[in-house]
Amino acid sequence: MENLISRYRNVTVLVGILFAQVVGLAVQVQRTSEDRSTRLIRVWAVDAVTPLEKSIVWLQRGGSNLWHSYFYLRGVRQENRELKQEIERLRIEAVRLSDDAEQAHRLQALLGFKEQFISRTLAAQVIGSSGSEQSRSIYIDKGARDGIRPDMAVITADGVVGKVLRVFKTTSQVLLINDQTSGVGAILEKSRLQGVLRGTPAGEVVLEKVMSDEPVLPGEKVLTSGGDQIFPKGLPVGTVTKVSPGAELFLNIRVKPVANLSKLEEVLVVTQQEQREPAVADTGKVRASDILAQRLPSVPDKPVQDANKPSSSASGLKNTPSGASASKPGLTGTEIPKPGGPAAVTPGQTATSNPKPHAVSVGPVIKPVSSAPANPPTGGTDVVKPATAPKHASPAAKAPDEATHPPGSVPEPQIQPEPPPDKPQPEDQPQ
Amino acid sequence: MPITYTSNEQVEVYRFSVPAAILIPLTAVFLQAFVPLRLHFFSIFDLPLLVVIFFAVARRSQVTGLLTGAAIGLLQDSLTGHPIGLYGIAKTVVGYGASSLGVKLDVENAGSRFLVTLFFYVAHEIVYFTVARGLVGLTMQWSWGHELGSAFANAALAVPLFILLDRFKQRT
Repeated sequence: MENLISRYRNVTVLVGILFAQVVGLAVQVQRTSEDRSTRLIRVWAVDAVTPLEKSIVWLQRGGSNLWHSYFYLRGVRQENRELKQEIERLRIEAVRLSDDAEQAHRLQALLGFKEQFISRTLAAQVIGSSGSEQSRSIYIDKGARDGIRPDMAVITADGVVGKVLRVFKTTSQVLLINDQTSGVGAILEKSRLQGVLRGTPAGEVVLEKVMSDEPVLPGEKVLTSGGDQIFPKGLPVGTVTKVSPGAELFLNIRVKPVANLSKLEEVLVVTQQEQREPAVADTGKVRASDILAQRLPSVPDKPVQDANKPSSSASGLKNTPSGASASKPGLTGTEIPKPGGPAAVTPGQTATSNPKPHAVSVGPVIKPVSSAPANPPTGGTDVVKPATAPKHASPAAKAPDEATHPPGSVPEPQIQPEPPPDKPQPEDQPQ
Repeated sequence: MPITYTSNEQVEVYRFSVPAAILIPLTAVFLQAFVPLRLHFFSIFDLPLLVVIFFAVARRSQVTGLLTGAAIGLLQDSLTGHPIGLYGIAKTVVGYGASSLGVKLDVENAGSRFLVTLFFYVAHEIVYFTVARGLVGLTMQWSWGHELGSAFANAALAVPLFILLDRFKQRT
């Protein structure tokens, strides 16, 4: 036996080493938290490689700063002039946008929407990669000491980059969105279809789980849906480049990421997100219909009515002010389900069902209804009615309808249940 | 004739100093992780694999070759997001195979080095893909065009790299 082993010593060692590695792999695959078993090896490897990477990046950055800040200043005056002009243009743009944003905030506050804010980010330098075509991840120069934790979102000014996979003391590993093991909840900007963004073995990005009966066109933007609880909603992810029929009634949608994942130098780690209702000072005094009236001159102003006034019926719908709606100042008699309320309120159903958050988004298409058709709509009798076209009827699309109602007509109140269960997109607000 | 059959007595066995044995693999792994950030096309190269082949062929010891392959492979695995052992297994096999070949053949000239690297690159990829798909369940796409292109690129890089690394060899 001894002779046999010594004779085949090399093969025995080979089999032993391979067997040990196969067992190790099997253990890692079986365990859900593989980090525990391999943490030490990874820490050693990262500690061996990243200090050198950090120093080179630091030197490179220092040299670049020295060159660009002190030596290479050609054309700076011209660039300065252009930037000043750009600032002026952006200021004008900002005034217009702030007006829109303010209105959107008021509407969101009225409807009880929660907004997701990126309240704190941490800039980090990319110092290395996995060095493998099969695993697409990068290393950044910030770690647990800087407050980084696993599953934090990593973005750039262009859009989403990935999420923090592993955190070490002074560095972190970031899984890019084009890695085949990554997954990002995403939504198409116009069609509002939701899917899961995944990487392919070739390093491309595809949007999965979108039904093929919905039209999706190349060029449409893809945003984060917020459904994965990692990325805040509404961050740009990429643009649809190719759409083809996939397996099992799903579309095969190829997406080009907006962030250049192969040339990342600096990223932002979202270290803190907040979810809060938009703070608008005069929320309690403004009704959705009033806001729309400001925007749409064809809709006459309405006097504010008492919330406890008995409601009348219209189109067979009754409105019974619930505690929730009555408690909201300004929502006089108007039943505005909170986002996430029942997916649809059927005709004839009392519109005072208990709305739960994040199931229905209510756009600014809630219209007051009066029992007297000839009169302008008055408060206290508003009812809600489910929309018949829940998917593509964004508030922006419905606003022109409202504008076409002549003063004194009876616009029908509507609730638009939309597939994305969160807040409405600011760009969808009526202009 | 790029590859010549030689007897064990004719084949020279080399060794490396401890700093070289540690720093050369570390540098290879470092460059593999760092350079693709600046030069994206560099990711088709597998510098750690070239180092494994070089050490294995030069030392001509199967046990040393497979242990070197395992160590470098595991180090490379540690930097990826995948389970540790995929590169480890593949490079263990390559280390053993290259050192076995080094015992039998003279692989000192450029032509033989090119062919040896070409062969072991493809072997490495086959082992890696087999383990990744069969054991870990990763979705891998095998493309002969891509693999052969990468194999030729690595083989072409191996020739000057091995000449550079020859400077660290010490006769036993």
